[in-house]
Amino acid sequence: MIPSLPRPAWLRAATALYVAAFLGFLFLPLIVVSVFAFNNAPYPAPPWHGFTLDWFFANDPTGRLGMFHDDELMHSIWTSCKVGVWVTLLSVLVGLANALLLERHEFRGKQALSILMLVPLVIPGVILGISILAFASQIAQFLDDHFDWYVRFLRPGLPLVVLGQFSYIATIATLTLRARLSRFDRTLEDAALNLGASRAATFRTILLPYLRPALIGTAMMSFLLSFADFNTTLMLVGGSPPLTVLMYGRMHEGATPVLNAVSVFLMAASAVLAIGLMRRGPRRASG
Amino acid sequence: MPDAAVAATGGSGWRKALLMAPALAWLGLLIVLPHAELAVLSFREQVGPRHYVPSLSHYREFFHEPEYWHTFVRTAWMSIVATSATLLLAFPIAWVIAKIARGRAAAWLFLACMIPFWISETVRTLGWMILLRETGVLPTLLVKLGILAHPVEFLYHDTTILVGLIYTSMLFMIVPLVSSLESLDNALIEAAYDLGANGFTVLRKIVIPHAAPGITAGCIIVFMLTLGNYITPTLLGGKDSGWFTEQIYTEFITRFDWGQGAAFGFLLLVLSTTIVIAGLKLTGQRFGDVMGRQ
Repeated sequence: MIPSLPRPAWLRAATALYVAAFLGFLFLPLIVVSVFAFNNAPYPAPPWHGFTLDWFFANDPTGRLGMFHDDELMHSIWTSCKVGVWVTLLSVLVGLANALLLERHEFRGKQALSILMLVPLVIPGVILGISILAFASQIAQFLDDHFDWYVRFLRPGLPLVVLGQFSYIATIATLTLRARLSRFDRTLEDAALNLGASRAATFRTILLPYLRPALIGTAMMSFLLSFADFNTTLMLVGGSPPLTVLMYGRMHEGATPVLNAVSVFLMAASAVLAIGLMRRGPRRASG
Repeated sequence: MPDAAVAATGGSGWRKALLMAPALAWLGLLIVLPHAELAVLSFREQVGPRHYVPSLSHYREFFHEPEYWHTFVRTAWMSIVATSATLLLAFPIAWVIAKIARGRAAAWLFLACMIPFWISETVRTLGWMILLRETGVLPTLLVKLGILAHPVEFLYHDTTILVGLIYTSMLFMIVPLVSSLESLDNALIEAAYDLGANGFTVLRKIVIPHAAPGITAGCIIVFMLTLGNYITPTLLGGKDSGWFTEQIYTEFITRFDWGQGAAFGFLLLVLSTTIVIAGLKLTGQRFGDVMGRQ
């Protein structure tokens, strides 16, 4: 069971075998996706027809169109990035305000508010999406009926996608920033204030540098979650689909290896982000 | 530290209000009011152009139309199966990470478990489709090896949906399991062993009671994610995947019947919330603790 106790040979072998099989299960789909991004055939299926980079770079309007020349695809990546930046900005700012509120202030209903902040995590994304869609339409209808205002951003489209994703990513931002803030040594701030620093200067020179690693980590996580979100986005999207929704639509129609190429591109981008996050790891520990 | 407390809370009513505004706007405008609107939509019936009366008709429709509640029960049942299977498959791995592997090996194994989840679910599902479809990697391989006479379609079966769901849920089970197993003192296992307990008894009497909070947390999260999943059942299960989220999408977006869609949404929310509360009650845990640990 544990190394300090005698383990029969068959159990050791079985454990090793299980771990290997499990890793195979985890990585097989990713390996397969990557391999067929480089197959010289119009469908991502065996047999192997030789190596090609066409699915990335080809620019033949009548034949193969690599991902970098597929305008619809590149546009959807750009859309995902724009949405991601807005969601990140909102989530980090609101998360920081929430963390400060919950860690430093006492007020009636604080317990209830901090529980309510967790609720978005247990609501299925699809339901977050439809409820926000219904509510926004109700407001839009009201404004239209009573004031003759047509409010574009309350109709399905990117602003609603941003709000939909933000509605639950803000919870995650709040949790991580609050955890970091709760370990902060308040005497440092008192010292700065005693020495005559203003509140703003204390915030800027003491608290923000302390929170910096957590802020960066939260921002990266928010961006990644936004980029990968599907359920909430699907319900709120208008005419300009982000990457996940576009990929989903194409997978329904029958995928070409261009989607594999995009996947390889995404994996590479995630790897860069992950390594970036991990390199901050040790620094975060030393504060 | 009385000074610090005063500096933090005293004389800063406006600061407190300013900090509270984003939270109230977020939760009020994006969570509370939209769900109230959803409730209103689901509990009314259209009797004329832009004229509505309170009614349970959408809920009655759900129970009258077998297709609707069959889908609902099926989604719940398959989510339970997927959650149980995820727990069984994840437990040995969590045990290896927490108890058997040492130092770097454990860290690497844990990292390996995380990597697939840095990549979007769409990409992972694409991988499964390439592996399992009739012209895909696995059928071709099985024919080459002489196990199958001709290629078989592995997509569009319930088992395929389950495999996909287990795959996407794995990490959310492993993380809470590892953290609860790591806090289990090895000396307890050694003591039980010295007193003559076999592996099964140790598991039943020591390991599982100790890991119960982690098991609950993992199961709750996996169940919720599975219930609310959309990509995996619709892509791996095909047109007739019969997943309840798809039904909600159809009512809301395709048929534009928001009342019916809202009722479905509420039913899903009630099911998901019931399971969460039941899971917490069963093991005597608090919501904040379980979610906070994630």
